[in-house]
Amino acid sequence: MALQGIRILEARPGWHFIGFKDIWRYRELLYFLTWRDIKVRYKQTVLGAAWAILQPIATVLAFSLFFGRVAANPHAAVPYPLFVLCGILPWTFFAGAVSSASQSVIGNQGLVTKIYFPRLIIPMGAIAACLVDFAIALALLLATMVYYSVAPAATILFVPVLLVALLALAIGVGTLLAALTVEYRDFRYVIAFMLQIWMFATPAIYLQAEVGLDPRWRTILVNPLNGLIENFRLAVLGGSLDTSTLAASSISSALLFVVGCLYFRRVERKFADVI
Amino acid sequence: MASAIRVEHISKLYRIGALQTQEYQTLRDTLARTALAPVRRIAQLFGGSTSASPSTEDHWALEDVSFEVQPGEVVGIVGRNGAGKSTLLKILTGITEPTSGRVHLRGRVGSLLEVGTGFHPELTGRENIFLNGAILGMTRDEIRRKFDEIVAFAEIDRFLDTPVKRYSSGMHIRLGFAVAAHLNPEILLVDEVLAVGDAAFQKKCLGKMDEVSHTGRTILFVSHNMAAVKSLCTRGVLLDAGHVACEGSIDEVVDKYLLAGSDMSVTGCIPDDAPRVGTGTARFRSVKLTGDAGKALTELYFGQRLRVTFVCEIFNDIPDAHLEVSVSALDGTHVVCSMSSDGGQAPLPLKAGLETVTVDLDVELLPRQYSIDLAVHHEDGRTIDLVQRTLDFTVMKVAQNSANSFRWTRARGYITPPAEWHLHQSGRRLSHQTGQLCARS
Repeated sequence: MALQGIRILEARPGWHFIGFKDIWRYRELLYFLTWRDIKVRYKQTVLGAAWAILQPIATVLAFSLFFGRVAANPHAAVPYPLFVLCGILPWTFFAGAVSSASQSVIGNQGLVTKIYFPRLIIPMGAIAACLVDFAIALALLLATMVYYSVAPAATILFVPVLLVALLALAIGVGTLLAALTVEYRDFRYVIAFMLQIWMFATPAIYLQAEVGLDPRWRTILVNPLNGLIENFRLAVLGGSLDTSTLAASSISSALLFVVGCLYFRRVERKFADVI
Repeated sequence: MASAIRVEHISKLYRIGALQTQEYQTLRDTLARTALAPVRRIAQLFGGSTSASPSTEDHWALEDVSFEVQPGEVVGIVGRNGAGKSTLLKILTGITEPTSGRVHLRGRVGSLLEVGTGFHPELTGRENIFLNGAILGMTRDEIRRKFDEIVAFAEIDRFLDTPVKRYSSGMHIRLGFAVAAHLNPEILLVDEVLAVGDAAFQKKCLGKMDEVSHTGRTILFVSHNMAAVKSLCTRGVLLDAGHVACEGSIDEVVDKYLLAGSDMSVTGCIPDDAPRVGTGTARFRSVKLTGDAGKALTELYFGQRLRVTFVCEIFNDIPDAHLEVSVSALDGTHVVCSMSSDGGQAPLPLKAGLETVTVDLDVELLPRQYSIDLAVHHEDGRTIDLVQRTLDFTVMKVAQNSANSFRWTRARGYITPPAEWHLHQSGRRLSHQTGQLCARS
């Protein structure tokens, strides 16, 4: 796994490509870091991995109680709790992935200053660990669908595509924030706040479209997450996908992915010195 | 044969200003600097002064360092603290980049910069072996194959399923070293791992390192433990303030290191406000310890003669001085004491002014740390000046001729006397001498 053949070490300032080859070579480390994060997360908890399900349930209950009246459309075909769950799950994944990825590099100082490996593995491992929680939570979604006897439509085949876009967005934002946090600890405080705002700026999570959004607020839909969550719900519960928002969200997610990773790669050479 | 490691003109610049204040760069600062940049540039245009911000200072941790290591060589990197050893290793492992210059590495590189890097306290010993192994670059199969060996080496089989946070620090270190020791790279970079753990474990680690070095692997070993460096390495590189001060056989490099240290760091000056007792008619001003070569030292070889030279300032003539030099262990135990009047010698008349005194102590101290105390008294016992712990020094385990080195992990007592051993067994007589008589020859 370490490096074979000749390796040359020298100053390499500037922009670099993401280095998938290097990451692939260290895939076992990625696996172990993910595995560690998952193991550690539920150590010394009584309920263990059940938290992956309890957290979204609690949020759904809260939303149904407080927003149910305002945000729900009484004429909608889908019951509000199921509706909200479809939004909460991808959001929980995204928020968890971004916040743990952004703290991951400074949280692994010991590794960064003592061992060489492609640094991108750190935030990616943190995100992969959240992905596992997300998978568990998706089972909850299926159970809820059975409960409300909602059958999945053929569009469910689009879900993997949407998940890839969501993952790309999470990696992009997560790595960008991780790199910024190494140099500017200010971001530690910004992130929690930012995620809160971001959630309200993603009406797809809690607002049933039929209720309508004040036109002045339409610009909020530029947010790539909104299109992804909207389409995720449509894909799961059946409905024609909103192709224009889907395309826009996918493109901006891919862009953020590239920007985040490239910025990370640009500054990673200084990590061991600045951290 | 192509070299395993080729270091070409490596330099590394750190900005200490930024490090010293320990302040993280804040976004505000960066924004302010960016906003002011054009203003500053214009100011420079007109003012001509291009001085950087005064709070930061450049520090070259390494400057134009070059050397080569052939495959299978075991090379020791020695130097004072801050000489750039750790920076060099960090560059060789790829953790940080050189500011200029380049390094060619041929073969799989493994590094051991700290024992137990990446251990997670919440995970069990078993889980941490896998995690740590992966971090150090082993594959899962490799770890699985060596798992039993690692557990046996670390002696933690009973605690395999206990979280590492409940381990004693000794167990923690043992486990860390055990995993790392089973790494199988072609080039191994090791930093100061032997500085931790108890004596028995240090010995075990050294044994393992020795074993590894005989398997034809290239090893770069950074340590302050001269005995370990001498016994493991064949060649050495001495770093001094970021430069290669000397490169050659390990004996030569270690000798240079021990001598070089003295000139710069050990002043042996005794300040006026040092804790003193006495009437004050005279004051000790400086002290140094020299070896046979006459250079000031703070580390002596085992068996090396002690020559103490001190300077005393005398304010009024003292007709009846008794000078005293003693050596104490660092716990305060007085080990030896020599007085100018020992053996019925007459008191010394000291004239006002500076007096330089040289004392040769013919004593073979066992390896540990000591310090020198100085005193001067009147005939009637009144103390004129007494200063304790004027200079600390270490007697190393390694002897000038390494065959005579101290062989045990710990010394009992402080002195080894010259002795003659006789065995009287029926039919044969065996006799030999030990101690200085033998070590000096």
